[in-house]
Amino acid sequence: MLPRVPRSARHVAVCLSAARPLAHFRPHMDPDPNRPVETTIRTKLTDKFKPDHLEVHNESHMHAVPPGSESHFRVLVVSSQFAGLPLIQRHRLVNEALKEELSSCVHALAIQAKTPEQWGTDPTLAKSPACMGGSKGDQTVEEKLKAGRG
Amino acid sequence: MNSLIRSTARCLRSGATVCLLRPADGPARAASARFLCEAADLQKDLGELVKKDKVVVFMKGTPAQPMCGFSNAVVQILRMHGVDRYASYNVLEDQELREGVKVFSNWPTIPQVYFNGEFVGGCDILLQMHQNGDLVEELKKLDIRSALLDAEKESK
Repeated sequence: MLPRVPRSARHVAVCLSAARPLAHFRPHMDPDPNRPVETTIRTKLTDKFKPDHLEVHNESHMHAVPPGSESHFRVLVVSSQFAGLPLIQRHRLVNEALKEELSSCVHALAIQAKTPEQWGTDPTLAKSPACMGGSKGDQTVEEKLKAGRG
Repeated sequence: MNSLIRSTARCLRSGATVCLLRPADGPARAASARFLCEAADLQKDLGELVKKDKVVVFMKGTPAQPMCGFSNAVVQILRMHGVDRYASYNVLEDQELREGVKVFSNWPTIPQVYFNGEFVGGCDILLQMHQNGDLVEELKKLDIRSALLDAEKESK
């Protein structure tokens, strides 16, 4: 039996990953022609994982990058393909699916990879921590932004 | 070990510069080979580096001054568990290290966490391990007693 994480620590952890209200849940997010990277991510994850539920969030606006960037994403993939796989394997599968984007225009990718059962038990999207400005003046990020605009 | 990485990185930088300045011929090929050799050296050094300490973190910034929210989250989680002494490497200071560790771990993003030489994952995984109690168990395997266990004891 795993030792229980004390309430105080869990509370802090919740602040790090606050649940989003389900009112924000959109069962199908339509592809946006002005957001090619987001569309590609959604397509690739859908094709690969045949997810029960998928959310792709462009979080670039939360970071020190120009408006309209597609450099920082959060994805939530709910798929039975994750059953029996440890977290690291699940994340590696997602990374593999988005290998091209991660080596070109996507600078940060936050991943939640759940089985349908896990999603049923805990249907929450984690929240990304506040930016600390690391992308500002970062040559690698600037190159990735250029790649995204190309 | 930081100085080893920095000195390796310096060699890589000088190797890369030589490669760019020379015309594409024999000497350039030799320079390219040397560059590749030094990149291979970095991979080898990383292999040793991640085993040198129980907990190793590749991050943006430092534990005292993280430069990225995700890196900061890793620092905060470790701190919560009383893990304040660990090896951390600031990839923002060293571009070769930054790219080299991604190749080494076959992982595209920073931060990256290693326990006993084994890649654990990034911020998302560490956070989930913290939330589901796995992190306490993993630290136990490293002979590190999580501070949360003591906090729980005190609250009883």
